[in-house]
Amino acid sequence: MDLSRLTSSSRRLHLLVNPFAAAAAHSRRPISTDTSPITVETSAPFTAHNCDEPSRSVETTPQELVSFFRDMALMRRMEIAADSLYKGKMIRGFCHLYDGQEAVAVGMEAGITKKDCIITAYRDHCTFLGRGGTLLEVFAELMGRQGGCSKGKGGSMHFYKKESGFYGGHGIVGAQVPLGCGLAFAQKYLKDETVTFALYGDGAANQGQLFEALNISCLWQLPAILVCENNHYGMGTAEWRAAKSPAYYKRGDYAPGLKVDGMDALAVKQACKFAKEYALKNGPIILEMDTYRYHGHSMSDPGSTYRTRDEITGVRQVRDPIERIRKLLLGLDLASEKELKDMEKEVRKEVDEAISQAKESQLPDPSELFTNVYSKGYGVEAYGPDRKEVRSVLP
Amino acid sequence: MAATFQGLGAAAALSLSGSFDPNRLHLPCRRSLSVTRLSFVVRLEERIVSGSNLPPRRAQQLVSKAVATKADAASASTASKPGHELLLFEALREGLEEEMDRDPQVCVMGEDVGHYGGSYKVTKGLADKFGDLRVLDTPIAENAFTGMGIGAAMTGLRPVVEGMNMGFLLLAFNQISNNCGMLHYTSGGQFKIPIVIRGPGGVGRQLGAEHSQRLESYFQSIPGIQMVACSTPYNAKGLMKAAIRSENPVILFEHVLLYNLKERIPDEEYVLNLEEAEMVRPGEHITILTYSRMRYHVMQAAKTLVNKGYDPEVIDIRSLKPFDLYTIGNSVKKTHRVLIVEECMRTGGIGASLTAAITENFHDYLDAPIMCLSSQDVPTPYAGTLENWTVVQPAQIVTAVEQLCQ
Repeated sequence: MDLSRLTSSSRRLHLLVNPFAAAAAHSRRPISTDTSPITVETSAPFTAHNCDEPSRSVETTPQELVSFFRDMALMRRMEIAADSLYKGKMIRGFCHLYDGQEAVAVGMEAGITKKDCIITAYRDHCTFLGRGGTLLEVFAELMGRQGGCSKGKGGSMHFYKKESGFYGGHGIVGAQVPLGCGLAFAQKYLKDETVTFALYGDGAANQGQLFEALNISCLWQLPAILVCENNHYGMGTAEWRAAKSPAYYKRGDYAPGLKVDGMDALAVKQACKFAKEYALKNGPIILEMDTYRYHGHSMSDPGSTYRTRDEITGVRQVRDPIERIRKLLLGLDLASEKELKDMEKEVRKEVDEAISQAKESQLPDPSELFTNVYSKGYGVEAYGPDRKEVRSVLP
Repeated sequence: MAATFQGLGAAAALSLSGSFDPNRLHLPCRRSLSVTRLSFVVRLEERIVSGSNLPPRRAQQLVSKAVATKADAASASTASKPGHELLLFEALREGLEEEMDRDPQVCVMGEDVGHYGGSYKVTKGLADKFGDLRVLDTPIAENAFTGMGIGAAMTGLRPVVEGMNMGFLLLAFNQISNNCGMLHYTSGGQFKIPIVIRGPGGVGRQLGAEHSQRLESYFQSIPGIQMVACSTPYNAKGLMKAAIRSENPVILFEHVLLYNLKERIPDEEYVLNLEEAEMVRPGEHITILTYSRMRYHVMQAAKTLVNKGYDPEVIDIRSLKPFDLYTIGNSVKKTHRVLIVEECMRTGGIGASLTAAITENFHDYLDAPIMCLSSQDVPTPYAGTLENWTVVQPAQIVTAVEQLCQ
């Protein structure tokens, strides 16, 4: 990699490179671990409602950009693999895939800490991964095995990771937003100085409980950030057919809002950082992430009956989040084509390994049917008619 | 069963004109409870725990058994008795206050629970004592604030969510069923939901159909929750405390007409077992299972029955989910006849589930089919006489016992 060809492609670009480390870079690229700051402009401006928008210049580092690329490639690969597993009938039921929207998950993680809470709906595989979940946990849970994050009893829509503040994983549209405001309430109660991001989609944005929860959160000044992942389709219904006012960031009315380009991980990071500071001081704020999903609503939805294939390929060519970061990395000369391709191959291997490991994981034991119904394990050790702790047996 | 019940209705109607005194059928709101407990003999297994050395949140260790300590027989003088007298809503408040003192993670949320003091005065004075962040007035948004309570419980807080009337909690059914009941299971045990959802329900005094609902029947099939119904100040306080300390989501059913019951309760701290039934009156001839307000109708009928020579065993099942099949089973093994008296609807009520549970487990011990007296499958009418006819009256209970004991 020839570092002498540095070009500064935009007027706001600074780059600090250690020439000695670069010279010895034949075996390991020094820049991937470089943490010297860079400033990059977001692709599109923010639009604000009732608040000041954050600056378009985002502080980042080469290491962070490379990690964005890797994480998003991992998520993309994982979702594609889940697609083939589903078609191979290893995954059953509902499977809602997140490819196209990875920038939201990755950007949000970069702007917050693991002590902040995230709660989302059923399109949660990548958010779970971003919060520190492992590929094995994801695939094992999707295939209903013991090694899954919910021991195989939750499924695609019920991923949780309590230690890293990921509260799921909810199947009923919109029900997670009051839960998220409850998390924010607990954070305020316990004086944690952390925030909660409650994610929902453009379809869920029309749920009444959202406005109820927003009202209560604003009254009590809770550190709740409501994030609308607007992929423009609520299952098969386009947003203009479902919402009289598709400007979801404005629907908070008295609550401020910010519209963000959700395909730009750096813009998402900036918005989340801004929202966290705002929410800790002033209470709830709504973020609308303008994003897009390539797959249909779920695996049973081809995704092309309510939108054209041209639209999908158009977005993929112009706005794809991974391509954007790739171009940024290449443009800033932080990595070469080959290195990025190698990274993608590595990621593919990781995913394949995780899948084969997950396939070896056991199905849950029949006694697991009754565990964790109650937190004292009622069902496995229940009070039977003779007042002894009896075991429930399956017929 | 339906035919039998029709017969009972007719029989009761015939005897209506004669001995039926509508005034006596209503719950004695202001009468002291000691008068109605003339013939009680109670089990005295109670372990009293002091507050200081309690291990946090281990409800099993704090459990005390069965029933209240009561001096036997009705004694007119109250001065020499231990304990203090109070009304049921005050007992609930005492339990809540003690738990809030003991654990700073307990908070209350509901409509008008704070500054107003609670629509039934259960939370009166708590907002002044604990502040606005622990006793929270919510807007009228049951779905949202129940969801918020569950979200807060996921992090470890112990909210007590009050529904101003149980019927309003139907708006929060999704949150209670899907999130409250199921999260512990679908997360593989990662999240515990130590929430208490409480509120008054049941048929009141001409409150109308929508404010006289009995939600036990709707909630009973939700996996993962516990349901308890309190009926006396003693068990109200004990169950409230146990519910707050429990790691599971508990729905505590109170009854609108029972809030002004007066009773003497111990001064010492006590916690009751959430899964135990209460033996109200031991007997030999028939087991009468009941809960909440119907307990008082049953006890009134019991007086008549005793005069007629019957010896009913009355059990207040208290725990609606799960059923205390141990106490119930022992009783069935002794008496071989069961009558269930409940305020739930005929279709799909607690009585229906209890009938099925008893039949499955104790079929061999039964000498007669289980009879279940429940409310009629109608929206509760406004007119007073019609309202009386929707719920089970003591005369009907007497007739049913006579029929079963033939």
